[in-house]
Amino acid sequence: MGCIDALKPEIILSRTTFKEAREYIRKNIREYHEVEPGYKVFDVHIIGVPPLYIGIEGEDLIFPYTKPCHGTFVVKIPGSAEVARLRARKGK
Amino acid sequence: MNEKIALILLGCPQVPVQTSVALYLVHRLKKQGIRPVIAGTMAARRLMEVADPDRHYLGEMTDLDAAIDEITGKVRDFDLCFVFIHNDSGIAYAGTMAYISGAQVYALIFGEHAEDLAGEIEFPCEVIKAKATHNPMPLSRRLDEVMQWAASTR
Repeated sequence: MGCIDALKPEIILSRTTFKEAREYIRKNIREYHEVEPGYKVFDVHIIGVPPLYIGIEGEDLIFPYTKPCHGTFVVKIPGSAEVARLRARKGK
Repeated sequence: MNEKIALILLGCPQVPVQTSVALYLVHRLKKQGIRPVIAGTMAARRLMEVADPDRHYLGEMTDLDAAIDEITGKVRDFDLCFVFIHNDSGIAYAGTMAYISGAQVYALIFGEHAEDLAGEIEFPCEVIKAKATHNPMPLSRRLDEVMQWAASTR
């Protein structure tokens, strides 16, 4: 079971929808990359209907995290390896 | 062996009809010779297991993330996928399944906001919806109408 709580994420938005999470990242994060549903980051899947975005700020990733009972959260977690992996993908 | 397999993806179990209709769906699928695999949160799976302690209906059960891992990793896929939806997260999971899986996706939408949620569906799937929260009959009847169990063949 993927659980990001142990990574002590900074919660930017809580209990929102995956669409609002998408819009937040698109409008507020200068660098963001589109990923497919099911893309795995920090051992959790990005859930939702395309387009889905993951933002990068410095060494931090900003992404939507969906819980079945509590909606979607936008979280910020540091992780240079994940940042590099995301940038290495084609497209933005 | 050409056995069909159906993934039943449970949502948050806070709306009572989910467990009842999911067990009913398992029963109908098995009668059709389709093997059901249930994925859900720990609580959603425990509700099913307690309701069917001798496992007359239940077979394989798995965690949501494990099921998604297997599909995205091309380890396995399913012929049918039924997603129980009563909130935005349910829509998100159904959209994910429509994208990652080759299964025919059925969106079972229920609860107080069934109509509004159905309007959020913008991906290929068959919508089965009923404004059902405590009484499972509207949703199970709608399921019967759409699936036409009696008319289908193995």
